[in-house]
Amino acid sequence: MATIPTIQIITANDLLSGEVVYLAENGEWTIEHAEAISFETELGASSRLDDVMQLDPSVIGAYLVDVSLGEGNAPKPAHFRETFRTTGPSNRFIGKQAATSINGRELQNV
Amino acid sequence: MYNYTSFDKDFVATRVTQFRDQVRRRIDGSLTEDEFRPLRLMNGLYLLLHAYMLRVAIPYGALNSIQMRALADVADRWDKGYVHFSTRQNVQFHWPKLLDVPDILEALAQVDMHAIQTSGSCIRSITADHFSGASATEIDDPRPTAELVRQWSTDHPEFAFLPRKFKIAVTGGGEDQVVTKFNDIGLKMARNAAGSPGYEVSVGGGLGRTPMIGKQLRGFLPSADLLPYLEAILQVYNQIGRRDNKYKARIKITVHEHGAEEFRRRVEENFRLQVSRFDGADQEALARIEADFLPPVFKQASTQKYAQARDADPFFRSFTKTNLHQHRNQDYAIVTVSLKPIGGTPGDASTEQLRALADIAERWGHDDLRVSHEQNIILPHIHKGDLPDVYEALRSAGLATANAGLISDLIACPGMDYCDLATARSTNVAQGISKRFNELKLEHDIGLIKIKISGCINACGHHHIGHIGILGLEKSGVESYQITLGGDGTEKAAIGKPIGPGFSADEIIPAIERLIFSYLALKLDSGESFIAAYRRLGPAPFKAAIYAKESKTNDP
Repeated sequence: MATIPTIQIITANDLLSGEVVYLAENGEWTIEHAEAISFETELGASSRLDDVMQLDPSVIGAYLVDVSLGEGNAPKPAHFRETFRTTGPSNRFIGKQAATSINGRELQNV
Repeated sequence: MYNYTSFDKDFVATRVTQFRDQVRRRIDGSLTEDEFRPLRLMNGLYLLLHAYMLRVAIPYGALNSIQMRALADVADRWDKGYVHFSTRQNVQFHWPKLLDVPDILEALAQVDMHAIQTSGSCIRSITADHFSGASATEIDDPRPTAELVRQWSTDHPEFAFLPRKFKIAVTGGGEDQVVTKFNDIGLKMARNAAGSPGYEVSVGGGLGRTPMIGKQLRGFLPSADLLPYLEAILQVYNQIGRRDNKYKARIKITVHEHGAEEFRRRVEENFRLQVSRFDGADQEALARIEADFLPPVFKQASTQKYAQARDADPFFRSFTKTNLHQHRNQDYAIVTVSLKPIGGTPGDASTEQLRALADIAERWGHDDLRVSHEQNIILPHIHKGDLPDVYEALRSAGLATANAGLISDLIACPGMDYCDLATARSTNVAQGISKRFNELKLEHDIGLIKIKISGCINACGHHHIGHIGILGLEKSGVESYQITLGGDGTEKAAIGKPIGPGFSADEIIPAIERLIFSYLALKLDSGESFIAAYRRLGPAPFKAAIYAKESKTNDP
């Protein structure tokens, strides 16, 4: 039986602000979930995660997250925990969902 | 209230300087996260889902107006304009930036506050009854003991790396308001037959994934033996507590695995060695501390305004029925300020509200404020003649919700809205129950009830000891809420029993509604409380109602 390949992205928190960030195509960290680079093999994802954890001092607590691909192949969180991390608390609209910019960067999805 | 000595001030200031340097070294890369993590945790700094979180100690929940205003200033300047009061009488800032934390701690140090030992495998901030020193039923004021234990346990070199975190609570010996039976060590103020002061000591209580009721080690421990006895308990735990498995590392498991008898034998044996090491300096320290906790000078004035306002204003009358408790001085009352507005997040308060509370305490409340483990604020000493003014001031600040002890006065951990350990949200359920029963206008018919909600098995929301407990888990990729019934955190300590399969986020409020309606149908005319009805009838009729197929709603 064919198994559905697991697609994963890398997420972490920014060291200075604590903000939720995702590893983007260009190797930088982005605050936009939709801009995260997707890995289609577990090996690719975990070896990149190892690099990040060893080499990148700007983030903490990096880990892999399962996603599905939505419109334009933009990753969407597979688990509700990660959905909350893309928005902020559901009881107070003061996280990402309320911000117009974070760390000096304009947010697209507001 | 305890007055910091120059030693205390230096100690806290030095810690801020140390932490500032640690943060600097973390940011410049000299410290890795693995090296920095234990240092930040020792200073109350966590990383949660969306941001860092700074947990600031409020030893035994006691604050003055200057400290309350300082919390507001920190939240306005460095956070998002509100704070969260926790179920261990502490306060949490949910959005600090790493670079700002040393400045926050410095601002707090200026008002004799800190975040030391609010995390990590050490003796955590000490808790005590929120009505301490005002209660009409306490045997002795637990605060001086709590402060002595705080001083003994702060930076205690031998107990800085325990197998796991360690929580100590002290109750005044009347109504247990601080869940002592579910702490690692519970102390209850007691007197022996000769009238000498001392403690009943229990050990090995706890919630979390293995809830246990504390076992009594000593029915009466003379006051002077307290610190050597605590030292003995901690030494035994430090020696034989398990370090191989995080889930078996709490002292409750140590006591369980060795048996209470054997644990007691080891403690008593160790205690005999400890006694000679204490030369009385601890008792001199206690005497100095006690001098800081003398009762305020209660004023002599008419209480007529109180009676008049009760007659004239039905809202005030309703508030006085739920939110006042008997004070030891008959002209005074203890006021519970509910941080559970209908549909609100339990334990959250805006900076405007913190400043209003500070003003009220300063003007009418002998400058005394308490945080309760039930996530409310207590004004322990309000003269009855001032109650109408206090009520008006609370009302203007949105703090006059008349629901203390009722179904909407529920407690909840931050859950998955903030916490990285959570398996589900908890505040959504709290908000849903609060809104629904407000719509039904049944709060007063339901009467005294404790609902407690945790967003994971670690049980920060104390679900095991709720009359109704709700535990948020994950099941097949969605939030699932499990109900427990019959828990009790008071001196009648009981662990709630899981009632059956869980409910989705949409189904849990209707399930609680069916449960409450079954109670209303079953309760005796005498005004039997939910927990009394549960004890009389057992779980069966409530379980049947919860899982009734007809999930009809009861619209008002």
